[in-house]
Amino acid sequence: MGKLNLDRKMVDRARSAASHIADSLQVHINAHTTTSVERTVARLFGIDGVDANGVPLPNVVVDQVHKGGELSRGIAYWIANAMVYYGYSAQEVAEEVGKGEINLLEVPRQDDGKVKQLIDDMAEKMADYIKQRRREREKYMEEWGLNTMPYLYVIVATGNIYEDVVQAKAAARQGADIIAVIRTTGQSLLDYVPYGPTTEGFGGTYATQENFRIMRKALDEVGQEAGRYIQLVNYCSGLCMPEIAAMGAMERLDMMLNDAMYGILFRDINIERTFVDQHFSRMINAYAGIVINTGEDNYLTTADAYKEAHTVLASQFINEQLALRSGLPEEQMGLGHAFEMNPDLEDGLLYEIAQAQMAREIFPKAPLKYMPPTKYMTGNIFRGHIQDAMFNLTAVLTGQGIQLLGMLTEAIHTPFMHDRFLSIQNARYIFNNARHLGDEVLFKKDGKIQRRAQEVLKKACEMLEEIQEIGLVAAIEKGMFADIKRSRTGGKGRDGVIKKDEDYYNPFFHIFLNRGDRT
Amino acid sequence: MKVDLTRVKPYGDTLNDGAVQLSFTLPVPIGEGGKEAARQLAIKMGLENPEVVYMADLEVGFTFFIIYGNLVHTVDYTAIELPKIKTREMNFYEINQYIREKIGRKVTVVAACTGTDAHTVGIDAIMNMKGYAGEYGLERYPEINAYNLGSQVPNEELVAKAIELKADAILVSQVVTQKNVHIHNLTQLVELLEAEGIRDKVVLVCGGPRISHELAVELGYDAGFGPGTLAPDVASFIVQEIAKREGKE
Repeated sequence: MGKLNLDRKMVDRARSAASHIADSLQVHINAHTTTSVERTVARLFGIDGVDANGVPLPNVVVDQVHKGGELSRGIAYWIANAMVYYGYSAQEVAEEVGKGEINLLEVPRQDDGKVKQLIDDMAEKMADYIKQRRREREKYMEEWGLNTMPYLYVIVATGNIYEDVVQAKAAARQGADIIAVIRTTGQSLLDYVPYGPTTEGFGGTYATQENFRIMRKALDEVGQEAGRYIQLVNYCSGLCMPEIAAMGAMERLDMMLNDAMYGILFRDINIERTFVDQHFSRMINAYAGIVINTGEDNYLTTADAYKEAHTVLASQFINEQLALRSGLPEEQMGLGHAFEMNPDLEDGLLYEIAQAQMAREIFPKAPLKYMPPTKYMTGNIFRGHIQDAMFNLTAVLTGQGIQLLGMLTEAIHTPFMHDRFLSIQNARYIFNNARHLGDEVLFKKDGKIQRRAQEVLKKACEMLEEIQEIGLVAAIEKGMFADIKRSRTGGKGRDGVIKKDEDYYNPFFHIFLNRGDRT
Repeated sequence: MKVDLTRVKPYGDTLNDGAVQLSFTLPVPIGEGGKEAARQLAIKMGLENPEVVYMADLEVGFTFFIIYGNLVHTVDYTAIELPKIKTREMNFYEINQYIREKIGRKVTVVAACTGTDAHTVGIDAIMNMKGYAGEYGLERYPEINAYNLGSQVPNEELVAKAIELKADAILVSQVVTQKNVHIHNLTQLVELLEAEGIRDKVVLVCGGPRISHELAVELGYDAGFGPGTLAPDVASFIVQEIAKREGKE
């Protein structure tokens, strides 16, 4: 198989173990909802804005029902019941709740058939809108065009959305294909999504729906001029994972960082909360045609890239299986990995090539998300620029999909405008100059590269089979990923996990999974 | 070739040529006007014969410049004084032995990445069992009780934990910072410790890419460690400082 002579049976074994792991998690996922999933439903019913105290209205309505202990039925019912009784829109209901005029739990119960019909009508309407945004993307991609992969992905992170626009437009004109607006540090731990345009952030800019809108408009302008559709990325992670997905679907974002385990491991968010949240957020992303980026690269910033390579592959398998259970097609799975080996390691480049090629062959349809060196960037910008060049060469050789460009000033500051320019130049030069290198090169049978890939696959397969035995939660409790241990009951956001009762209803589950919009 | 250390300046290929390279971006469109502006700025920085060797259009009205020139300024190297961390470098074994022999009890270290900072690479390199670059982290030290509280820890929580665990030392990491948020955050921690009356009871250390020992001391810390620091550097300082304070040197 392929250039690495990988054992096909071993790949199947690993995938089958991951599939069992995902199935057992799914039992827990299907039985629960969370405050953030319910806030997402409120948003998808068109509820937006804040109350007099600045609390987002989706939080206001969900908190009221949650405090009353009735969220196990789902927020959709309570909103729709009030809508039928008062004849208000969902937004009007939320505003009245915000003013203290309505208690959703005290509204006289209306005819169940009418309530359900209203819920379904609202959900269909929003699904149509999201579909329309998706069609818009497809149309622009067709009209304006796209570059050849690997796409050039850069980050803007000024803290001010209007400054971000300047930086993003410059980057797009210089050749970037994808712009990620990195979030302000700490947003992942907020249990609400801030509202409106923002100009103050640290190490990044708040993800708000208005900020999404501002950047989308700017990138459409520059994309149309440059004759290339510019893709927009944000972070569908943290305590508001599905809400961000909904906002992204409504504002036509194109990609979302969206990992099944990242929040648990790196942000200490509760395990149960995260698994439920990732499921719904991925359903939304799937339906909206948004490509997810998984976060396996992060494992290698805490653990060693050579020794722990198999944990990356194992996690990719798990992410793949969980995503499939949300209806997300392989073409939308930007599975993550990284170029993080110690540059002093003899033949380190060979091992990086082995691992990148391995990911390519095991996940042939996935637009792989390749992350640049960060751990061994030292402040020596001159060497750093070469490390980034080696990373770019590996990417073009092995057919990566989404190339997050390394910055020569990594470890010094968030990128300056010309850091990004130099980095784009670096990638364009190498991608163009070595475009078809991969078509020309075969790897020596049983040579260092083939053996390395086979070894990593074998270890990943063994790891997955061990996890299948003990379950993913126990594996995380043991610290099997990134050397980080998290307990089932620990972490932030656990109080927002609710067991569904028999009457639970979320209309979007059915629509997103079954109405289908695969093209 | 005799270097005059009282008048040191940069070196390219000839002593005292003052050769300097720099690059920056100006918010002006590419062209001769921008090039001249860049040259004049270089002169104001103290460069003679500045030469714009490269300029590139960054689009949307910005231009990038690379400039070479000869610096006119000099400094007196012999007059430089730096606050230095005055400790003897010890390795893993020596540090544990030092604790056993001099301090006579286990040393408790509490560490955190505080404020909004979510980047634990620095604190993990110092604390994690496995360590970094071949040096074990403090969790591996048999004579040290090491507690890594992780990322985005509020200062209040760190202080509460330090009191609860009767910490001998507190390590604070600040990696990603913007608009000097790390300075405010580090200062606030010192104020909290003083308010709780335990500032003198702990060895207080900070670290990160933007931290120098000089800055740390200025902010009221006992020591500051910059990039490239490994666990034994920090541990050597902590144990010797504890021994010194307890008169056990």
